[in-house]
Amino acid sequence: MTSNEQPVLEVNDLTVAYRIGDRWLEAIRDINLAIQSRQIYGLVGESGSGKTTLAMSILNYLGENGKILKGSIVFDGEEISRYPREKMRAYWGSKIALVPQNPLSSLNPTLTVGEQVREVLRLHLKMTNIEAQQKVLELFERVRLAEPERVARAYPHQISGGMQQRVMIAMALATSPRLLILDEPTTSLDVTTQASILDLIKELIQGREMAVLYVTHNLGVVVELCHRVAVLYAGELVEDAPLEELFSQPMHPYTHGLLMSVPKLGQSKSEQALSAIPGQIPALSQRGQGCIFQARCPIALEICSERPPLEKVNEQHLTRCYRWQEIAQGEIALEALFEAEGEAMSMAVPISSEKGTASALDAQGIVVEFEGQRSFFESITRRPARKVKAVKNVSIQIQPGDTLGLVGESGSGKTSLARAISGLNEPEAGSIRIYGLPASPKLSQRNREVLRRLQMVFQNPEEALNPFMTVGESLRRQLFVLQGIRGEEAQRKAEEMVQAVQLPVEVLNRRPNQLSGGEKQRIAIARAFITNPDIVIADEPVSSLDVSVQAAILNLINRLQGSFHNGLLFISHDLAVVGYLADQIAVIYLGALMQLCRAADLFQPPFHPYTEALLSAVPSVELGRKVEAIRLEGDLPSPSETIEGCPFHSRCPRKIGQICEQQAPPWRIDESTQKRIYCHYTLEELSQLQSKTRYSGL
Amino acid sequence: MKEGITVSEKIEGAGRSRPAPNQEISASLVGIKNFFIALTSKPASALGLFIFIFFLFLAIFGPLIAPYGINEQIVSDAGQPPSPKHWFGTDNLGRDVFSRVVFGAREILTLAGFGTLVAVFFGTTIGLASGYIGGWFDEVLMRIFDGLLAMPLLLLALLLLGTLGPSKNSVLLVIIIVYTPIVARVVRSVVLSVRQRGFIEAARLRGENLAYILFREILPSVLPALAVEAALRFSYAIFLVASLGFLGVGVQPPSPDWGLMVREARNNVNQMPWTMYYPAAAIAIVVIGINLLADGVKRVLLESK
Amino acid sequence: MLKYLLRRFGFLILTLLITSMVVFVVTQLLPGDVARVILGREAGEAALQALREELGLNDPLPVQYTRWLTNFVKGEWGKSYSTKTEIRPLVMGRLRNSLMLAGFILVISVPLAIFLGVVAGLNENKPIDNAISIASLAVVGLPEFVTGLVLIQIFSFRLRLFPANSSIRPTTSFVEALPMLILPALTATLVLLAYIARLTRAGVIEELKQQYVRTADLKGLPYRTVIYKHVLRNALIPTITVVAISMGWLISGLIVIENVFNYPGLGRLMVFAIDRRDLPLLQAVTMVAVLGFALSNLIADILYAILDPRIRLG
Repeated sequence: MTSNEQPVLEVNDLTVAYRIGDRWLEAIRDINLAIQSRQIYGLVGESGSGKTTLAMSILNYLGENGKILKGSIVFDGEEISRYPREKMRAYWGSKIALVPQNPLSSLNPTLTVGEQVREVLRLHLKMTNIEAQQKVLELFERVRLAEPERVARAYPHQISGGMQQRVMIAMALATSPRLLILDEPTTSLDVTTQASILDLIKELIQGREMAVLYVTHNLGVVVELCHRVAVLYAGELVEDAPLEELFSQPMHPYTHGLLMSVPKLGQSKSEQALSAIPGQIPALSQRGQGCIFQARCPIALEICSERPPLEKVNEQHLTRCYRWQEIAQGEIALEALFEAEGEAMSMAVPISSEKGTASALDAQGIVVEFEGQRSFFESITRRPARKVKAVKNVSIQIQPGDTLGLVGESGSGKTSLARAISGLNEPEAGSIRIYGLPASPKLSQRNREVLRRLQMVFQNPEEALNPFMTVGESLRRQLFVLQGIRGEEAQRKAEEMVQAVQLPVEVLNRRPNQLSGGEKQRIAIARAFITNPDIVIADEPVSSLDVSVQAAILNLINRLQGSFHNGLLFISHDLAVVGYLADQIAVIYLGALMQLCRAADLFQPPFHPYTEALLSAVPSVELGRKVEAIRLEGDLPSPSETIEGCPFHSRCPRKIGQICEQQAPPWRIDESTQKRIYCHYTLEELSQLQSKTRYSGL
Repeated sequence: MKEGITVSEKIEGAGRSRPAPNQEISASLVGIKNFFIALTSKPASALGLFIFIFFLFLAIFGPLIAPYGINEQIVSDAGQPPSPKHWFGTDNLGRDVFSRVVFGAREILTLAGFGTLVAVFFGTTIGLASGYIGGWFDEVLMRIFDGLLAMPLLLLALLLLGTLGPSKNSVLLVIIIVYTPIVARVVRSVVLSVRQRGFIEAARLRGENLAYILFREILPSVLPALAVEAALRFSYAIFLVASLGFLGVGVQPPSPDWGLMVREARNNVNQMPWTMYYPAAAIAIVVIGINLLADGVKRVLLESK
Repeated sequence: MLKYLLRRFGFLILTLLITSMVVFVVTQLLPGDVARVILGREAGEAALQALREELGLNDPLPVQYTRWLTNFVKGEWGKSYSTKTEIRPLVMGRLRNSLMLAGFILVISVPLAIFLGVVAGLNENKPIDNAISIASLAVVGLPEFVTGLVLIQIFSFRLRLFPANSSIRPTTSFVEALPMLILPALTATLVLLAYIARLTRAGVIEELKQQYVRTADLKGLPYRTVIYKHVLRNALIPTITVVAISMGWLISGLIVIENVFNYPGLGRLMVFAIDRRDLPLLQAVTMVAVLGFALSNLIADILYAILDPRIRLG
């Protein structure tokens, strides 16, 4: 990308502040970057890094409480940052376009999507409505929308999330803008949909006379798409380098930590604990004058309390660290310095535990149904409810000390299954045993002992704790209700547990609103483990956390489970995370299990075709990992549809034929590895079909 | 103008601050103080609060302030315009309008206040239970409320009064019956949004009983919405009491109810307009004041979110 | 959409049924003996008993309720205890007057209120918004009789522009009645105006925060297009519901206003019925008002469904 031509976009020393109360707080500071034509520039940062602020500043679309304090934004040689909004309208949509994060809320609900694109064409390309309509169909075809005419007539709510995002992309590219900003365009989508959208973006923007800024928190997506990457931390640009160099030779401790805290596909807890960056991003009001990463940096020196300049490692590579030379020469081993928590869990428990024959959890034939929307009118006329099967006859077992990872996309029924086992939603059928002790499907009929044996960690840490109780009250209540422990003993246990989740004892007197998201989740985990349950269900416990915090939580769960030796049902949509933490993995699609196997075997063929597609869809953080792209057609069928045969047949890329539509497939079992696949193909046939595919990083 | 980005995006990172360990002062105390600071930061809300406190003061210390008794008739002074002796003049029976307006404050604030309080109590209990338990219980209750609320408020109130006969107790009962379903619905809608949160589910998973979940786990989250609703209900209750008094179907003479005073004054409005002006002004000021206050409470609670 | 409308219609019928039960049950609580109310103090026990039998007062309540409801639906509303005349023509005549006034009020206040609400919402926290908001907040809480009496003081007694008494006759035509309608309409308009304007303002402000407005801006559309085509189109759909809900206010308000101005509408009739403890009349008036409110809600639902594709197309 070395070129002497003038960059399309140049950001110079940009500082933007927000008014909060009566103070102006800097959200981004001294940002410099330049994007050439035909360049895809990745902007990576966690939440709070200011990446959205930067994107909105470049668009010159800050709200009334945002202000550019300093610096300039030069677009095609023209400084635009002081232009009033009315003047910017000539640039927006024609020269600078945005693809936003959330396509549904970004589309006007009361206009057809066709009209929303035509509007742009009529305005900027001066087309008549008929010409515009013609062009819309062309555009829709180019973004691979099946039945463009039907889609053009549809309202946003009538098409799927993936299709909505295709419409947004068509809209942004309609006028061939000089600068395209993509703000987390796939974050709200499922991984298989994300994969096809990424394919599309790659295909449409590569080689075009256009500069692209791709904003994301997902390092894997960056690897797939970008030429150059800037890393943003707490409002400052800490490192800026060509993709390969950034990933192979990161020169800033934060970049380093970030790369190491993401589990790679196929990486397992038995090999190595994840590196986690301690602490969290400082709030806007707590950003001092020193190096912005100082508080969390394992190699911070005294000098770091003065802000380091952005230094050149080479012509292409910039970093904001005093010690980059030591890092470059390998004098500092950052790997070892980041919280290498829980000394690599190398003693993962073998599948057949010798600790007795009973499973920690044995759930057989779980069926969960939801009544479809039924009006009062219908219910008094005794019309049968339209039942939606969320979980169809699923059986799982978890041995003590073992982790079962349950992986599936949204709508797969993974949460319904967890809630049925926990008793929060009563299952329609099925039996649940904990250490051989039967647990009633009705929560109200479970006695204290059964309740104590099964506890849960929830997805959203913000809602996990009662905001009106202190942490201590929450933990002590758990002990009192489940074990009758109170007074000093409860206090002592609570203190122990808080220390076990690596928080100071003082936390017990705090309320949740005084804690960060990661800290809240630690407390929620402490609450689940404090009564030493036999089985813990963790439902997407890290999905709402930033990657640098996520790693520490994963290590924590792993370590606690190691010391308590209880069974863990770990639910996630993230294959790498599940692969890292689990001993066994269950893949679920539309309420039915597709594959069940040891974690290590998940990444080796044979795969269930759905597993294969999932694995292929995950953007990897590793450079140069090229896999055969297997993309799913169409959308997840509506849960109220009854599907005969294999649930996956409507989207299966390896569909055999009629048999898949008519007959439920058999379980194919590999006797030696106990790998089970729910498919009409035999394991041998699948192995053969998939012989070229290897997903493990090895 | 529009905002470029939403509030949550705007304060990316803000609010996840880790407080210094010594910030352990009772959070609720600070909360109340901050609440009043935030409330009085806007002149309209401050005015509302002032009006409310002023009338509360009148209601409590009324007998000490009023120069004459409620129904004390000074026949020789009947029909006098405002003067230093009778600040608001006297009515055709020779009663001191100022004293009656002052006593009326107690009358209307206790009636509306007590009615609102009871309605809030019942409404909260029903709303909590109905929203959390759901199912048939909820369905049947909500349909009955739909039926009740399918009637415009005053219509329902009049229907009830037509049956019960006009009296102070009837008015009280009417306030309770009319406002309980409204409060219950508001509470229920908050409960529905709260009941799936992790901390409620955690309580269920440790087998907490219904009362504990409703009152210890859910109720605190409902309080902000409830505070706003209670303030609004209170102002409407005053409105209702006054309107019923005016229609002659509420509190009966010789009570110093402001609405009733306006009604009685209408017959002589050309000769003694002051007998109507002052109670009418009192109603207007109280209702506007409490409306401003309710609006302020709502604003502060929304901002603190 | 058909399914949606059927559901709404089902709800309407159900609600009306429950409401009619409420009306019936409440009026049955009336202390005292209906037969004695009709026949007077001096009637003998035999006559009373005969009348009770004739009116079906000895039947169980559910039977009485069913009979009452069927009669009401058939239009047989019975005779008033106090006027001794047929109830239906009486109520219908008053209904016509109330509708005339209500229509007049709506025609003035709804467009004006929406206009003010939109102006305030688009200029959030600017002086014009503050002025509209504070004024509406002040007016919205005022009891109608206070505003009405103030208006009478100003326009009737001081300026002598309009009459203070609006007692029109059944034969009075709309044009003749117009001057007498103005003050009552103005009173109701003030309250309704403030109420609708406040909710419209809130709707507009909410809509401006939506992300699709950002999309519209970032398409480079002119400000006017962004506002008219994107913001208002969506902000005004909920206003339909607002207007429907405000019908409840209007009905309540009319009861008071008609009494302030001696306007012969349903509201005055209702207070009259309460004064005289005229049970059948009270029931009939209440049912008619409830029906009117329910119908306005149904119309709102239908309009909403037509305008919002998310409902129209499920």
